[in-house]
Amino acid sequence: MLAGAIALVAAAGLTACGDDGGSAGSGSDGGQIELTIGTFTEFGYEDLLKEYEDLNPNIKITHHKTGQGGPYHQQLLTKLAANSGLEDVVAIEEGHLPDVLDKPHLFNNLADIGPSDVKPERWLDWKYEAGTAKDGTWVGYGTDIGPLAMCYRKDLLEAAGLPSDPEAVKPLFESWESYFEAGDTYVEKTGKAWFDSTSQIFNAMQNQLDVGYVDEDNKLTLESNQDIRDNWDQVTAAGNRGQTAKLVAFSPEWNNGFKQGAFATKTCPSWMLGVVKEQAGPENAGKWAVTDAFPGGGGNWGGSFLAVPKQSQHPKEAAELAAWLTAPEQQIKAFQKTGNFPSQVDALEEPQLLDFTNDYFGNVKVGTLFAAQAQKVEKAQFKGPGDGKIQENATSPALQAVEKGKSPEDGWEQAVEAAKRIAG
Amino acid sequence: MTSSVDTDAERAPSRAAPAPPPPHAPRLTWRQRLSVADAKWSPYLYVAPFFVVFGVVGLFPLLYTAYLSLFDRELLDLEGTWVGIANYVTLLGDAQFWNALVNTISIFLLSTIPQIIVAIAIAALLNTRLRAPTGWRVGVLLPYVASLVALGIIFANLFGPNYGLVNGVLEMLGFERIDWQANRFASHVAIAVMVNWRWTGYNALIVLAAMKAIPNEMHEAAVIDGAGAVRRFFSITLPLLRPTLIFVVITSTIGGLQIFTEPKLFDAMPGSNNGGSSGQFQTVTLYMYQTAFETQNLGYASAIAWVLFLIIIVIAVANFLLTRRIASSGVAEDGAR
Repeated sequence: MLAGAIALVAAAGLTACGDDGGSAGSGSDGGQIELTIGTFTEFGYEDLLKEYEDLNPNIKITHHKTGQGGPYHQQLLTKLAANSGLEDVVAIEEGHLPDVLDKPHLFNNLADIGPSDVKPERWLDWKYEAGTAKDGTWVGYGTDIGPLAMCYRKDLLEAAGLPSDPEAVKPLFESWESYFEAGDTYVEKTGKAWFDSTSQIFNAMQNQLDVGYVDEDNKLTLESNQDIRDNWDQVTAAGNRGQTAKLVAFSPEWNNGFKQGAFATKTCPSWMLGVVKEQAGPENAGKWAVTDAFPGGGGNWGGSFLAVPKQSQHPKEAAELAAWLTAPEQQIKAFQKTGNFPSQVDALEEPQLLDFTNDYFGNVKVGTLFAAQAQKVEKAQFKGPGDGKIQENATSPALQAVEKGKSPEDGWEQAVEAAKRIAG
Repeated sequence: MTSSVDTDAERAPSRAAPAPPPPHAPRLTWRQRLSVADAKWSPYLYVAPFFVVFGVVGLFPLLYTAYLSLFDRELLDLEGTWVGIANYVTLLGDAQFWNALVNTISIFLLSTIPQIIVAIAIAALLNTRLRAPTGWRVGVLLPYVASLVALGIIFANLFGPNYGLVNGVLEMLGFERIDWQANRFASHVAIAVMVNWRWTGYNALIVLAAMKAIPNEMHEAAVIDGAGAVRRFFSITLPLLRPTLIFVVITSTIGGLQIFTEPKLFDAMPGSNNGGSSGQFQTVTLYMYQTAFETQNLGYASAIAWVLFLIIIVIAVANFLLTRRIASSGVAEDGAR
């Protein structure tokens, strides 16, 4: 009898909710909850979200997908400023994270609202650190990463009399000194460029420093940190010795450079393999190779986080969804779909990942290779607000200007001035 | 049946009238008053939607931008700090702003002047007897229909310093390669070509419509007076195009000084607002956009917007006066004769 009454109440509850199933957030106990999630480019979440709905019948998920990262993050910041309109779960890319981490009060602390069984140990240390604000707020669960390796043209290195076998080539990519030295040999023998652009090399070197362009006191480090200046001098000098192809990364000319064999080596995060394959095209198949060495140790370029903004009406449920999506099992599925390299410790030991090969790069086990590179990253660099913008709008353009004939000294001044404007 | 009812109704007030003489003017019925109000106020009601929409999306943002330009406010700050005219003072000493302004004016001159001259020439050609005139007219408008983003990508490819078609052709003809990205003036020319490609045909059609409106008798009279085609063009066609030319010049001034998409897409770095490695083709609108949404300094960006607004007004007025002078000198000559 009692059971019957409960069943009746439950049924009534269900029908009541069925009526307004379409409208947002009808409330708590037993009712249907509508969650929204915002992502950009391809996260590979479509099937996973359906799976989550099946597992949790009371949750309905709407997925907002934006094609490009730039407009997506601009919208994200605008909606954060407006304090309305954001999804319950938002994806944030590494490069844009420093701006967001500077305002942790706009986000829920995942350490408080997230499921208690989700611990920082799920992720690589540096990935977890990168998603945490300096006041300790855990802003984002890590999704994917972009561990760095070196890609190179076997045939071009051979032609210059340099080793080209993935093992034998490693000493060339041991340190930045050996890398630029090999570059000099290559330029001398072939008269062609060693790398695509000075800014691509400089960014990788910059990322290996302990502190980024802006330190923990929100102070610009460009002038105070001698290491940055040393990197600058080293890179611009190599560029002036003919090592750079002077191509602006991701420009049509850069794309063309892959086809023309305009440069022999390329700093290669895991996702770059797809770019190389697409731009170099079938006519260059079998010429590119990748090796698990990177000058100066390891590094990371790219990857994202899932965060729950304070605006969310259902922070707990949103955190649960974010936690589930960033679990190793789910990220492996996303990896199989899109190639986004997982950031979870357990996922890096999965056979599905380790046995993953890439036919364009001579069937090398890229899963194993990049998992090893991911372990080489020692710690997350501290990046203050504006870090990504300084790279994109201060140092990179200034390095391009040096490639086009500006003196390294004048270029440095241009970079410092632009960085000061950005840092405010 | 109906007529009897009508006469009854007419009679009714006249019967009541004699008793008290009306104190003021005869009182209007509710219906009459409504009809007076209708005639008086309805026109305003009908044009109101435009002004309401304009007020919401035009005037309000304009005024709010002026208000915002007096604050120091970052995008993620919910409130700004009052700084008075400090933003404007900074702006006057901002080298990047002056650099952007020079770029803008340079690109504006490189695009507007050739564009209008060529547009008039094309219109004159289209005004001659052509087979399939509609086909030609649609033809000159085609670049305007094409997507601006697609055009930007194609032109950025054509003007690529290393592998671009333009440099390939230059080299084939024995000229030196030009770095269309890094060289300041060359980049302005490349962007102006993009603008001209898109807008010349559009302006040509407007000018053509004005040419068609010139009465044939004037040309016939001139022919009888012995004027040749060139003479007729400069003494009849051009002076009578004056109102249209003023319109075309002012719209291209407004458009030319706000040029944004072309330089943004021309930049080799995708999505960049830098206008080249040293800001060599960063325009004022690009700088404003960068300040607002990249540097996230809304107050300063608002100040840039207002200064640009004032500059556009000044240049548009100057152009208006100039065009009037140039076009009227022909008329004056005619009158003197």
